Amino acid sequence: MSRPVYIVDGARTPFLKARGKPGPFTPVDLAVQCGRPLLMRQPFAPSAIDLAILGCVNVIQDEMNPARVAALRLGLGEQTVAFTVQINCGSGMQSIDTAYRYIRDGSHQMILAGGTEALSHAPLVFRHAATEWFGDMARAGSTFEKAQKLAEVRPGFFSPIIGLERGLTDPITDLNMGQTAEVLAHRFNIDRATADAYAVDSHKRLAAAQESGRLAGEVMPAFDRDGQVHAQDDGVRPDSSLEKLAKLAPAFEKPFGKVTPGNSSQITDGASWVLLASETAVEAHGLTPLARITDSEWAALDPAIMGLGPVLASTPLAQRHGLDVDDIDLWEINEAFAAQVLACLAAWQDDDFCRDVLGYDAAFGRVDRDRLNVDGGAISLGHPVGTSGNRIVLHLANALKADNKRRGIATECIGGGQGGAMLLEAA
Amino acid sequence: MTDVMDEITPDSMTDAPRPPEVTTWRREEIDGVVTLWLDVPGTGTNVISDTVLRELDGLIDHAAAAQARALVLRSAKPSGFAAGADIDAFAGLDRDAALTLLHQGHAVLDKLAALRCPTVAVIHGNTLGGGLELALACDHRIGLDGVKAGFPEVQLGLHPGLGGTFRLTGLIDPVEAMQAMLTGKSIHDKKAKRLGLIDALVPERHADAAIEAAIAGRLERTERDLKASALRTAPARSIAATRMRQEAEKSAPLQHYPAPTALINLWQDHGGDPDAMQKAEIASFAELLQSAAAQNLIRVFFLRRSLKSGAGETSGIAHVHVIGAGAMGAEIAAWSALRGKRVTLEDVALEPLGQAVRNAVDLYKRKHLKSIDARDALDRMMPDPTGLGRARADLVIEAAPEKADLKEKIFASLVDTMKDGAILATNTSSLRLQSLYDAAPDPARFAGLHFFNPVSKMPLVEVVAHEAVAQATLERLAAFVGELDRLPVQVRDYPGFAVNRILAPYLMEAMTMLDEGMDKHEIDRAALAFGMPMGPVTLADQVGLNICLEVARSLQNGLEDAMPKVPEWLAEKVEKGETGKKAGKGLYDWQGDTPPQSAGPARQGDDVAMRLTDRLILPMCNAAVECLRERVVATADELDAAMIFGTGWAPFRGGPIQYARQRGDVPQALEALARQHGARFTPDAGWSDLA
Repeated sequence: MSRPVYIVDGARTPFLKARGKPGPFTPVDLAVQCGRPLLMRQPFAPSAIDLAILGCVNVIQDEMNPARVAALRLGLGEQTVAFTVQINCGSGMQSIDTAYRYIRDGSHQMILAGGTEALSHAPLVFRHAATEWFGDMARAGSTFEKAQKLAEVRPGFFSPIIGLERGLTDPITDLNMGQTAEVLAHRFNIDRATADAYAVDSHKRLAAAQESGRLAGEVMPAFDRDGQVHAQDDGVRPDSSLEKLAKLAPAFEKPFGKVTPGNSSQITDGASWVLLASETAVEAHGLTPLARITDSEWAALDPAIMGLGPVLASTPLAQRHGLDVDDIDLWEINEAFAAQVLACLAAWQDDDFCRDVLGYDAAFGRVDRDRLNVDGGAISLGHPVGTSGNRIVLHLANALKADNKRRGIATECIGGGQGGAMLLEAA
Repeated sequence: MTDVMDEITPDSMTDAPRPPEVTTWRREEIDGVVTLWLDVPGTGTNVISDTVLRELDGLIDHAAAAQARALVLRSAKPSGFAAGADIDAFAGLDRDAALTLLHQGHAVLDKLAALRCPTVAVIHGNTLGGGLELALACDHRIGLDGVKAGFPEVQLGLHPGLGGTFRLTGLIDPVEAMQAMLTGKSIHDKKAKRLGLIDALVPERHADAAIEAAIAGRLERTERDLKASALRTAPARSIAATRMRQEAEKSAPLQHYPAPTALINLWQDHGGDPDAMQKAEIASFAELLQSAAAQNLIRVFFLRRSLKSGAGETSGIAHVHVIGAGAMGAEIAAWSALRGKRVTLEDVALEPLGQAVRNAVDLYKRKHLKSIDARDALDRMMPDPTGLGRARADLVIEAAPEKADLKEKIFASLVDTMKDGAILATNTSSLRLQSLYDAAPDPARFAGLHFFNPVSKMPLVEVVAHEAVAQATLERLAAFVGELDRLPVQVRDYPGFAVNRILAPYLMEAMTMLDEGMDKHEIDRAALAFGMPMGPVTLADQVGLNICLEVARSLQNGLEDAMPKVPEWLAEKVEKGETGKKAGKGLYDWQGDTPPQSAGPARQGDDVAMRLTDRLILPMCNAAVECLRERVVATADELDAAMIFGTGWAPFRGGPIQYARQRGDVPQALEALARQHGARFTPDAGWSDLA
């Protein structure tokens, strides 16, 4: 039996741009920072929550199974089960989807589902040869043996590999994520100026949303141990312009590439939680739902064109529910790269693509820019990989409510060649 | 749901029976190892009484006769081994009675020390004073994780008296030993192991294995180093002792506190000769016990205990919401979170909330919290810019700026948000509750909760009543204060309540003296010479001249003629922003000037200095009598306690009322001052009622 599942509330931290050194919060710290006020504003005690699921890609050594650590620090109670999920950039949505299915099937009434990521804490990794040397050195018995080992030191041992760089490279194709966006830009003829214009728009939209107070209930200020207050997403550049972006060099494929730091998502720390409830829980606690989750879908494709994941994951939702492009009032497509989002839009407008790949007779249609990422996206906000999927669902729910819209889809591309999507309807 | 950990944890530390005729020990014997569990009936905390020692004497004889393989001493109380000697029993003893008791006690411990089988003390939690002395008389000491061992006797104007002085200096580095006894500070688990005070530090689950290892002689001991042997020579001890005297003088003037001097002399003269030091310790302890300082400090100990017991059972307050993240609100929040409360801290601005988190981090560092404990406390303290906690809190503490209209506005906004049964408390120090309670959502559940700055150092909290408050509210607030490990004293709604009413003349008289052209250093030194923790000029800067001014004005409006005039230059200074230490400049220039820390060399028979001291101190005694007459505080004991725990008022003098009683001529001295300096010194009508 399928039961209705509601998003009743949610909150996130400001997204904090990584600035070359570890930021003030670990992944769990971030989850606690936004989880505390979220729980504080509920009419029920945290112990009423059945389960916590948290998406996180770069788990740090001190916080194995960050979901459990966060749940205990948030006071959910020793008896509350908590687990962590990982599907790269889809992790924060995977947590919601798992929660959605549990509640739909009737085994749980209220689940806290989140995503967290502190990319600024990604470790420096020693090279394999250096690690071996450390091991031998530790085993070396006599002073003479130690001296011998010392002589084997190579300067290269101490130039560490940046873990994050490896993490953003697909292990099957050895393409960096930015390179997969270059592939799409090439195949769908996305030019540099269009990508840059998309990026400028992202910044303007986020700046406007911050200015108008539209994010007030969604973004909770975070307070670090040095007394600094982080009130808003700090990667936004309200003064961004085509001229400024035009000056940037390609980030991944010099000198001819189209993907620059300016039209890519930012490396960022942040966490987000969504609270899901069954009809029973909504009634028992007198909750007011933001939205209802109607369906979800995951899809997979060649890792080299992972950026088309949203198209492959969202289209079945539209098809299952008999929805045309105009039936979707709001879209949240995670902005991994401007070229990648634009490639998705182009694919839906391409007769051949829609016929051959999606099984339509003709093009699905044009996704109106006024319905897409209305308050900015990962290019202006940043893309804490385990968090983004959660944030777009949360923001879609809030935007549907605020704008009094009926239906929306949140979807993201996933490194490794996958895509995830959720269909939300006004509650 | 069942708490599994609770389910698998035994309810008591031992099921061993009490032997016939024995009330304070439980005894068990397994494989020839006799374990004696100290379990003083009717209390959660063991104290070492005459009975405990007498019964131990018999149990030692019994073990010796039975040829026990080993003797183990433990405590059956989860809270700790023992909190010290039974102060109630020895506080009132005269010298001869004290000497008799001391000799009897020493005989028991000497017998324990001389026992032929191995003796092992297993200590956990608080192991203080007589409890530690018992453990020191054993061959081995095993500490359980979290053990805190120490000799707090110096805080009572005494030094260890049951062999602690010679056994501790004989066991560990004598300089470390002396430092522990001179400061009264406990030695925590890891440090105790490092110093060799304990032979092993283990979790409770390994206690039995550690005992076996100790009996078998398999525990490695921390060896004393060369320095310790060097200090066996008298010249080396003489140099070390001189340094100790200088250090001790810094924390407590030796002229007021005789115990540190006695202890240092004891070690300097007899260190390295246990027999001589033992004899001298007994004589010195009996002597100190008769001193006025010890008698007053022991009284302070009783006052603390009585305020603590006045805190009552449980407050039912798990969540505190503090409104206003100024210095006071932030500290109340951080302290409450440290003590396990869930805290939300609200402010209209974000910056002070950030600063509050930073201050909490610093406080937890100063308190040596383990990193996971600091993390948990910080997690419990949530900055709350939108006031989410208002609806969830069991207690809302308003700590906003001292403006009546602002407070009333806050109260009005709470009417619809506070949950049923929640209490509203104001931390006001200068406004009257009678003018505020009408604005509260429910006057019956509204009261004052007046903390002192800094909360982490000042144990007192005034629970302020008013005519419309319910008794249950006051009781819950007192219990809450107790749960914060602070001391509640209930006061009536009176200008300045009790502590500020009494302290204000001290500060204001100093202002008048400055106005007369007196030197600020000299004024501060006069107060320090009396034993005040801080001179009035320094204190005014510390508190903030703006706050002094506010309190002075509110008192002048509420009381007639009792207060010196506020000099005009004080208001001007505040206008200019020279508000004291925080501003960098007040009465002292805090960048360049160093306020006196001590009175300096005593000037015997210096009448001028004496009169200066009287001018500062006696108005406080006078105000204290007024507070008693006006029933601001119920008893003289509570009043003295309030001044000592709220302001650090010379504890060895016992408080303003105790001091006045012991001195005897205060009303006459006040009259003399009134003739010379004005009517504000006129003795209060209440002096005649003072027994």
